[in-house]
Amino acid sequence: MPPPRPQPAMTAAIPLAMAIALMAGSAQAGIGFLSPEGPVAALQREQFWRIIVITMIVVVPVLLGVPLLAWRYRHGNARARYAPHWDLSRPLEWVMWLVPAGIVVVLGTFLWQDTHKLDPYRPIAGPTPPLQVQVVGLDWKWLFLYPEQGIATVGELAFPQDRAVSLELTTDTVMQSFMIPQLVGQIYAMPGMRTKLNFAADQTGDFAGFNTQYNGKGFHEQRFAARAMEPAAFDAWVAEVKDQGVPLDAATYARLAGQSTPAEVRKGFGTAGMPEDVTYFSGIAPGLFDGVLGRYMSGRALADAAQPGAPDYHPQTSGE
Amino acid sequence: MTSQELWSLALGRLDVDALDFLKAFYAPSENDDILSGAAWVVILGAVTVVALLTIFRAWRPLFRDWLTSVDHKKIGVMYIVLAMVMLVRGVLEGVVMRAQQADGLTGGFLSANHFGQLFSTHGTIMVLFMAMPFLTGLINIVVPLQIGARDVSFPMLNSVSLGFTTAGAALIMISLVIGEFSTGGWTAYPPYTGRVFQPGVGPDYWLWAVILSGVGSTLTGINFVVTIYKERAPGMGFMQMPMFTWTALCTAIMMIFAMPAVTVSSAMLVLDRYLGFHFFTNDLGGNMMNYANIFWLFGHPEVYILVLPAFGVYSEVASTFSGKRLYGYGSLVAATMVIALLSFTVWLHHFFTMGQSADVNAAFGIATMLIGVPTGVKIYDWMATLFRGRIRFTVPVIYLLAFMMLFVLGGLTGILLANPAVDFQVHNTLFLVAHFHNMLIPGVLFGLFAGYTYWFPKIFGFRLNEVWGRIAAFNWIAGFMLAFFPLYVVGAMGMTRRTMAYAEPAFQIWFHIAGVGAALLTAGLASLCVQLWVSIRNREQTRDIGGDPWDGRTLEWATPSPVPEYNFAVIPRVHSREAFASAKAAGAGYPEPASYADIDLPGPTWTGLVMAIFGTTLGFGLIWYMWWLAALSFAVIAVTLIGRAIRGDRHPRVIPAAEVAAEHRAWLARIRALPAAPRTQERSPANRGMAAPEYRDLRP
Ligand code: HEM
Ligand SMILES: [Cu+2]
Repeated sequence: MPPPRPQPAMTAAIPLAMAIALMAGSAQAGIGFLSPEGPVAALQREQFWRIIVITMIVVVPVLLGVPLLAWRYRHGNARARYAPHWDLSRPLEWVMWLVPAGIVVVLGTFLWQDTHKLDPYRPIAGPTPPLQVQVVGLDWKWLFLYPEQGIATVGELAFPQDRAVSLELTTDTVMQSFMIPQLVGQIYAMPGMRTKLNFAADQTGDFAGFNTQYNGKGFHEQRFAARAMEPAAFDAWVAEVKDQGVPLDAATYARLAGQSTPAEVRKGFGTAGMPEDVTYFSGIAPGLFDGVLGRYMSGRALADAAQPGAPDYHPQTSGE
Repeated sequence: MTSQELWSLALGRLDVDALDFLKAFYAPSENDDILSGAAWVVILGAVTVVALLTIFRAWRPLFRDWLTSVDHKKIGVMYIVLAMVMLVRGVLEGVVMRAQQADGLTGGFLSANHFGQLFSTHGTIMVLFMAMPFLTGLINIVVPLQIGARDVSFPMLNSVSLGFTTAGAALIMISLVIGEFSTGGWTAYPPYTGRVFQPGVGPDYWLWAVILSGVGSTLTGINFVVTIYKERAPGMGFMQMPMFTWTALCTAIMMIFAMPAVTVSSAMLVLDRYLGFHFFTNDLGGNMMNYANIFWLFGHPEVYILVLPAFGVYSEVASTFSGKRLYGYGSLVAATMVIALLSFTVWLHHFFTMGQSADVNAAFGIATMLIGVPTGVKIYDWMATLFRGRIRFTVPVIYLLAFMMLFVLGGLTGILLANPAVDFQVHNTLFLVAHFHNMLIPGVLFGLFAGYTYWFPKIFGFRLNEVWGRIAAFNWIAGFMLAFFPLYVVGAMGMTRRTMAYAEPAFQIWFHIAGVGAALLTAGLASLCVQLWVSIRNREQTRDIGGDPWDGRTLEWATPSPVPEYNFAVIPRVHSREAFASAKAAGAGYPEPASYADIDLPGPTWTGLVMAIFGTTLGFGLIWYMWWLAALSFAVIAVTLIGRAIRGDRHPRVIPAAEVAAEHRAWLARIRALPAAPRTQERSPANRGMAAPEYRDLRP
């Protein structure tokens, strides 16, 4: 005897309703790329929902069909037909292969276009050229270098809302992955290599950014605030960073590069006027970013003590 | 020589600090108590097993009947026992992580290092030491029976494979007690796992465990490909093979091609860590992108290695329990082959975010979506198998139905992840974690549970308890949905994976829900244990005397339960796809052969056991720099293997025809006396393993 079961349609509804409610829930949360604040994330969200809707063509028949079939053809239902030898239907075969294949063609076309449109290396067009920022991943914080402005920060990535941002990334330790969900998806940052990421913000505001690639015990604290500001406010911010910033010479960088969280950096380097967990630098050693890149490409071996992020790292040795 | 030098010569880099089980005493803290506690569980578990074996005087039978056996069914059972032990550890680790994250807004109770070890051991165990041994066990038990063979082609090699896999698992268990495990996740990406950044023993435990089990799996692959090519009963062409055997064949082929990739990437990392090579270091031209590339050349096919046999189980379950032929056999075979092939062409989707061009990403994205087509076809084929069937809601069917509905949702999120631009957002987040658990739990684990329930009577001669089976299934299904659907949400909100704590209050409620799910999953695990216990206790009520408790359709059900070690008294001749079903329909399910012949069987061997023991000590010696131990163990392994190769099987056995005939005739007499049970009584004590025909009057 079949056990008492809920109505088959309801069984189907459970996972589907749960899934939709869940996704809607995360869209409501006001964080993450389902609440985008920039053109890149907005396109990513659009793609996300479009794929879900199109894929429903193959998903819904299963969610509805499985409980219906199971119920209708339960053992003991005398009204249902029984065809123990039926094992093939040509037309059905065509449908089974061609419908999913057709969907893949449609999705694949979108995929090709969107992947090119959202190539992270593609600069975002705008009236003013994008703001250039160089990003160095360190164990458990990101260092943002502003070559045009001659400043650097840890814990905060500010930019004028009317300009796009163009990042170049590398790390001076293990691999990391950079992301600001509401603005743009992630890109890896790897030692000795340069990757790129482009994005813009629709409005001013603060957005959470972080590393997504596990890199040790401070990983979960590797966060920063991405701040889209009014152009005037950004200029004021630059002036303030210049004014308050601690000089970032080679020796300071060497100390900064070792393992520490943004809060620890603030404690070790910051001064009273800087915001919580944020540290400002000015007087940047020239060629810092390229120096970090080049160190691993020099063709010479680096001692453990000269590799930031290593437990044996020692700031004095790395300055060579 | 100073005592220090002597120490390091004998014990390498092992010292008292490495002994986790002592930590609670000299450095008590909440986290260390958990670590020490886990170490003590392992120690006490081992001691209990030894004590029980001694009390029940089971050592001798254990060695004679099991550890030295080359019977594919016993090897299969040992694989599954190993998998179950590792499953317990893996699930409990998952639950501890869930508890930590439920408490993660305020920092939780674990240390960062311990959390890192937890996700690394959990992932490694679940994939390589739970799912792999489990499916290898099922393949071992079932395939030779389904193809009407006496054993696998290379029985001794089979026990060697088991030995290496066990050695890998043993190393992971030892890491709980002595030293620590890697914190580099199941993927162990360098440079983080390189010597510079993790000089300790952690990554070495990972490496040697993976290498040893990888060798085991490669050998298993070879063994089953040859077995399926060569040992099929007369009359069984490829297109007469049962579906599970087809999936086993594809999985075995994939093992041969995929496992060497991980052996290579691991061996390269070993060279980096031990001999100062620079494959993946930051300096001197090392490049970690190469590691990702090689690792995923294994890693992606691996997930299909796991899921294909589960698909095979679902195929058998769908057709058996709806009392119908499998719909679309040709399609299913084609789909399986296509999946096996395509799965080698998509590995790049694991690192869309590495900065390659949009062309490359788009090509691999589309290739990835293509796999959705044959996978979708399979789901529809199973639905068509249910159509116009007479479905009995046994435990395997419950898993099947849950699988079909949940797996399409995982497929949907898989399609999302195949889109590079969407992946940029959800890669490395809990959305991804939710996705692969959505494939691995309903897809793989439920399939393994269904197979376990389905074939259990064949091996042990009694069925598993239905009530506890249902309770377990309910807990696993509901627990899965509650534990993992919320992760889609927090993942889409930007919660990264491998993250012990968070600052975003909006995450918390979802982690609390997931915590409830984890509790249900624990209950599911406990129910499985209770089920086994109750089933053994009440085994007289579920005896499978006839050997065909489910009205089976394939050859394994034509044998007595438990199956004699030679499987078939006389090798059957196959005339059709569902050999046993058509024989039964023709009233010839249990023919009495005209004559019996002597049966040759391979003798027992210690080789596999030597591999398990000395494989473990080899790994242990290498991990702790006890070079003498490593050299000694390697020598023992080499001498044993070479010696065995030269001397061959010195104790082959012959079972005389008379003995076979007597056993077989006795069984035939017993089943003739059995009342045939209609399917309405399938789950009652009236089912003695003799099936009443369901459809005599329904010829097409
Ligand atoms: C049954 C209950 C299970 C629970 C409660 C569970 C829980 C978890 C948790 C909490 C994580 C860490 C997520 C994070 O990165 O933050 C994880 C990771 C993982 N799980 Fe599970 N899991 C379960 C079953 C499985 C199964 C059956 C498999 C495979 C067959 C599996 C494979 C993995 C893998 C590969 C990882 C990734 C590890 C890494 O980050 O390297 N899990 N699981
Ligand atoms: Cu993959």
